[in-house]
Amino acid sequence: MEHVAVWIAAFLTLGIISFLYKDNPWYKLSEAIFVGISAGYWFVVLFWDNIYGKFWVGVFPPDVVDEAGNFVSHGVPDYALIVGAVLGVLMLARLLPGVGWISRWPLAFIVGCTSGLYLMNYFSSNIMRQVQGTIIPLFGIGYGASVYEIIGNIVIVGGTFAGLVYFFFSKEHRGAFGATAKVGIWVIMITFGASFGYTVMSRMSLLIGRIDFLFGDWLGLIK
Amino acid sequence: MRREIPLLITAITGIVFVLQYFIPHAPFNKMNTWFSDWFSIVGAFAIWLGALNLLKISFQKIMDKKSDWFFALVIIISFFVITIIGFAEGQGFREPGTTFSWLYDYVYSPLSATMFAILAFFVASASYRAFRARNFEATLLLLSAFFVMLGRVPVGDIITGFLPQQYQLSQVASWIMTFPQTAGQRAIMIGIALGLVSTSLRIILGIERSHLGGGD
Repeated sequence: MEHVAVWIAAFLTLGIISFLYKDNPWYKLSEAIFVGISAGYWFVVLFWDNIYGKFWVGVFPPDVVDEAGNFVSHGVPDYALIVGAVLGVLMLARLLPGVGWISRWPLAFIVGCTSGLYLMNYFSSNIMRQVQGTIIPLFGIGYGASVYEIIGNIVIVGGTFAGLVYFFFSKEHRGAFGATAKVGIWVIMITFGASFGYTVMSRMSLLIGRIDFLFGDWLGLIK
Repeated sequence: MRREIPLLITAITGIVFVLQYFIPHAPFNKMNTWFSDWFSIVGAFAIWLGALNLLKISFQKIMDKKSDWFFALVIIISFFVITIIGFAEGQGFREPGTTFSWLYDYVYSPLSATMFAILAFFVASASYRAFRARNFEATLLLLSAFFVMLGRVPVGDIITGFLPQQYQLSQVASWIMTFPQTAGQRAIMIGIALGLVSTSLRIILGIERSHLGGGD
C-alpha cells in the first residue's frame, strides 16, 4: 500500500511540475484533484472541529463522568450556540435566489466581529507594541552594545521613523521632510528585496523537498 | 430593513469586542465568548458555502458540456471521495492510519507543496525580467535580495570564506533580516495597522458599508 501511495504522490507531483513545460491535461487533472481534495478537506475539518466540536457538543453535551467512567452529572448545554448555527444557515441562503439578501446578516456579524477584534488587537500589537519595540537604547542597556548592534539599532530607529514619514501623504514630500521620506523609501526597498529573497528561498526549500521525494522516496536514487 | 439590520448587527458586535477589551467582566466577557463561538460556527458555514458554490459551478460546467468539463467532474469526484471518507471515519478522522490521513499525506500534501514549489520558477523568471538596476532604489532592492538569497545557502559562505566570519554572506544576510528589514517591516506594519484601525472604526460606525453590497 505504501508503495502505491508513493507512486500516486509521484504521479501527482510530476503532473503539477509538468506545467513548467506548458498547460497540459496531466497538469489539469492534478490541479482538479487538488481543488476537489482541498475543498473537501476543509469541508470535513471545519465540520468536525467547529460544527460538531463546538456547536453540537455545546448544545448536546456528553454526561460528566469520573475517571472510572461512572456517571457524575449531566453536561450543561449552551443554547446560545444555536444563534451561531442559525447565522451559519442564513449564510447558505446566498445560494438561493430570492432570499440571498438574508446572508447579509451573518456577513454583517462576521464583519462586525473582525472589525472589533482588529480595532483593538492591531492597535495594541501592531502599533503600540511596535512603537515600544522601536524605542530602544541605541548603545544598548548599560552601553554594552557592540558596534554591529549600535549601527543596527540606529538603522531600526531611523529606518522605522523614515519609513513612516514616507507613508505620510498629507504633507508634500519636500525639504527635510522629503529627504527623510527618501531615506524611508530606501529602507522599504531593502525590506522588499529581503522579503523577496526570503520568499524565493522558502519556495526553493519546498522545491528541494519535492525533488528529494522524487529521487529519494520514489526512485530510490538518494539514500 | 435589509440594510439597517446588518448595520445594527455590525455595530453591536464591533462595540462589544471593543468594550470587552477595556471591561473584561460580565456581561461583556460572556458576550465575547458567545460571539467568538458564533464566529467559528459561521466561519465553518462560510467554508461550506464556498465548497457548495464550487460544486454548483462544476455541475453547471458538466451540464453545459463546456470545454474541460471532464476536469470539473474530477473536482466533484475528488471532493466527494474525501468528504465521504472524512464523515465516515468520525471524529478521529485525522489520526494516523486512517484513510483520510492517507489522502492528506499522499494526495493533498504533495499537491499543495508542489504547487507552491513551482512558484520558485515563476518568481525567478519574473525577477529576471523585472530586476534591473535602473536607479538607486532598484539597486538597493536587487542587492538586498541577492545578499539574502546567497546568504541562506552554503555557497554564500564558501565564496566569502576568506573574510572574517562576521563579514561572511550568511552574517550579512542575517544583519539585513534583523535590522533594516525589521525597520521597513515595522513601518509597513504600523501603516497597515493605522489603516485597519480607521477602517474598522468606519465599519463599526456604519460609515463604510461596501461589505453589504448594492441593492436595498
